[in-house]
Amino acid sequence: MTTLTKTTLSHLDWLEAEAIHIMREVAGQCANPVLLFSGGKDSICMLRIAEKAFRPGKFPFPLMHIDTGHNYREVVQFRDKRAAELGERLIVRSVEDSMKRGTVVLKHAGESRNKHQSVTLLEAIEEFGFDCCIGGARRDEEKARAKERIMSFRDEFGQWDPKNQRPELWNLYNARSHKGENIRAFPISNWTEMDVWQYIEREQLELPSIYFAHKRPVVLRQGAIVPVNVPLMNGELTNLPKPGEEIVELQVRFRTVGDISCTAPVESDADNVARIVLETATTTITERGATRLDDQTSEASMEQRKKEGYF
Amino acid sequence: MSAMEHVQDNGLLRFLTCGSVDDGKSTLIGRLLFDTKTILADTLSAIERTSQKRGMEAVDLSLLTDGLQAEREQGITIDVAYRYFSTGTRKYIIADAPGHEQYTRNMVTAASTANLAIILIDARKGVLTQTRRHSYLAHLVNIPHLIVAVNKMDLVDYDQSVFEKIRADYLEFAAKLGIDDIRFIPMSALNGDMVVDRGDRLDWYKGPTLLDVLETAPAAHTEKAEKFRFPVQCVCRPQDSANPELHDYRGFMGRVESGEIAVGDEVTVLPSGLSTRVKAIELYGQPLTHAVSEQSVTILLADEIDISRGDMIVKTAEAPEPKKQIEAMVCWLSETPMDRARKYLIRHTTRESKAMVAGIEYRVDINTMEWVPADRLAMNDIAKVAFKLAQPVFCDPYAENRGSGAFIVIDESNNNTVGAGMIV
Repeated sequence: MTTLTKTTLSHLDWLEAEAIHIMREVAGQCANPVLLFSGGKDSICMLRIAEKAFRPGKFPFPLMHIDTGHNYREVVQFRDKRAAELGERLIVRSVEDSMKRGTVVLKHAGESRNKHQSVTLLEAIEEFGFDCCIGGARRDEEKARAKERIMSFRDEFGQWDPKNQRPELWNLYNARSHKGENIRAFPISNWTEMDVWQYIEREQLELPSIYFAHKRPVVLRQGAIVPVNVPLMNGELTNLPKPGEEIVELQVRFRTVGDISCTAPVESDADNVARIVLETATTTITERGATRLDDQTSEASMEQRKKEGYF
Repeated sequence: MSAMEHVQDNGLLRFLTCGSVDDGKSTLIGRLLFDTKTILADTLSAIERTSQKRGMEAVDLSLLTDGLQAEREQGITIDVAYRYFSTGTRKYIIADAPGHEQYTRNMVTAASTANLAIILIDARKGVLTQTRRHSYLAHLVNIPHLIVAVNKMDLVDYDQSVFEKIRADYLEFAAKLGIDDIRFIPMSALNGDMVVDRGDRLDWYKGPTLLDVLETAPAAHTEKAEKFRFPVQCVCRPQDSANPELHDYRGFMGRVESGEIAVGDEVTVLPSGLSTRVKAIELYGQPLTHAVSEQSVTILLADEIDISRGDMIVKTAEAPEPKKQIEAMVCWLSETPMDRARKYLIRHTTRESKAMVAGIEYRVDINTMEWVPADRLAMNDIAKVAFKLAQPVFCDPYAENRGSGAFIVIDESNNNTVGAGMIV
C-alpha cells in the first residue's frame, strides 16, 4: 500500500530536477552531444546541473566555447579554470579562425563579432559531428525565446524555423535528428534571471569577478554605460572611446556577460551574491534591456539571429 | 544568509490559459504580470510606444504577450508561449495557448504540463462552442483544476445576474463531462478587478481573486497517492575512475515519474521482472532516505541486475503489466495525416517501440463531443486508436497517472512528433 506524503519541492528544487532530467535525456538520446560553456552565469549553473546529473561519472559530453576573441579576460580565465577543476574536456573554437578562413567577414574592423558566433558554431558542429548542443538560454530572456522548445530542432543549415518546431508534450522530449541536422537543448528554459541568482546563492557557485561591483572606466553612450579600454587576453585594449567622449570611473557590475562590444554593465554596489539577489528582486529594467546593446537594434533582432543559426 | 530565505517557498505551479484574443486572454496575462510587478520599466515603455503608434489611448497589456515577428504580422498567436512570474511565495509558469479552432494541438501541448487551467469567457457572449471545446480538452488531458474566468464584467455593468447565468450554463454542460473542481470568478482584466486586486466594483462577489486561487491550488502530484514509477534514463558506471571504491558502482539515473521510494523498499525491474531492494538513493554524492515525484535522483540496488535505459523500476507490490497492445485517446499533431499503412515510433517514458495502428474506434467531434466513425486522422483530430507494439510498455491508465499513461508518436522519416497519446 502506498502511503501519501505531501511533499512539495521548492521552486529551485523543481527547476533543478527538471534540468537534470533534460540533460540526462540528451545523454540517453543523442550520440554526440556537447555542452556550450562560456564562463557566464547561466552556463556556470549548467555545469552544476551536469555534475548533479552525472557524478560520480564523467560528463557524457565535452564542453565547448565559441570565443569571439573579444571576451572579458576574467571570464576566459574563469572558463579555463572551471573546466580544469571539473576534469572535463574543453573545446574552444574562435571567431578569429573563421575570419582567417574567410567564412566570417566583418563589415568593418569595429563591428561586433557576437552575431558571427553562429558561423563558428556551425563550423564546430560540422568539425566534431555534434548532434546536440546543450545551451543555457532561458525563455524569459527575450520575446523570441518565449516559444522556444526545450529540444529545439535545427536543419542542415543550422536554421531555426519557428513554424517547423516539434510539439513538446509532458516530459517526453524528442531529441532525434538525422545526420547533419542538429538539436539545441535548453535545460534551464524555465528559469528566470532571479532563479539563476538564487541557485548560484544556494549552491555557492563561484563566478567571474566582473559579476560583482567593481570600479571600471566607462563612457555614457546613448543612455548605456559602455566599458572602455578593456584589456583582451593578449593585453591589447579594445572598446576605445570615440573622440570627444568623456571617460568616467563608475562602480558597476555585469548582469550578463558576452562579447565586450555588446555587453554593458549596470551601476551597482552589490559586491556579493545575496546583494545581487536583492537588487534583482527590486530592479526596474530587464536583463537584456539594461545590458545587451545588440538586442536594441530592432525589436525582432534575436529572432533574426536565431533563424541564422544563433543559439 | 539569503535576503529571500525568510519567504516561505510554496513550490511551483504550472497553469494554462485558454481563450482567444477576443476574450481578453492576452490582457489577462498582461494584467497578472503587471500587477505582480513582473513587468519592468523598459518593457512597459516599449509597449507604451507601440500602443501609441497603433492609436490606442491606454497601454495595451496584450502587447506583452505578442511573440514572434511572423505572428505579429498576422496579428494572431500561432504557438504555445511560456511566461513566468513569481509572488515571492510561489513561482508560476503560464502556458499561453491560442484559442482558434485549428490550434487544438497547441492547446493539448500546453495542457500536457499544466495542473490548472483558466478558461476565459466573455461576459457578453457567455458559454460558446469554444468554451466547450476548451473544457473538453482540459478534461481530456486530465487537468485536475479549472477556473472559469468570466471576463469583461465591465462591459455588462458588473451585473451579478449575468455572471450567475453563465455559471449555471457552464455547470450544466460540465456535469456531462464529469469535471470535479471548477471555480468561477467574475473579473475585468482590463480594469484589474478580481485578478490580483479585488477592486471595488464587484462587491457582491465574496470569493477569492484569481491570484488567491493560484496561490493555494495544489501543485502536481500532491493530491493523491500514486504508484512509484521510475523510468531509467541512463546508467552510471564510472569504472575507469581513479577511485577504487567506484569500481562496482552502478547507479540508475532518472526522475521519479510518480509516487515515492525509500531506501530498503522492495522493487522490481521491468522488463526483466527481477526483484531486489533499494540500497541507496543519492544525488551528487548526497545520500537521501527517500525520493518523491519529480525529483531527479540516482538509485543503487542491493543485487546486481542488468538494467539499461528504457527499463522501469517499480515497487514490487504495484508493478504494472507489460503491454504490447494499447488503446489510447490520440491527438494528431502533424499536417501530414496519419497513414494507417505505416509504422510509427512510440516514445513512452524513456522507452521506444515501433508501433502499428490496429484500428480507429471513433473520432471525437470536439465541438459537440459526439463520437463519429473515422478511418483516418488529420491534424487536430482526436480519436480513440488501438496500437500494436513491437516492444512492451509498462503503463498505467492516463486517468490514474499522467506520467506513465502518456506517449508521443514519432514519424521516423523526419523525426517529427506527430501524435500525442493518452492510454485508456
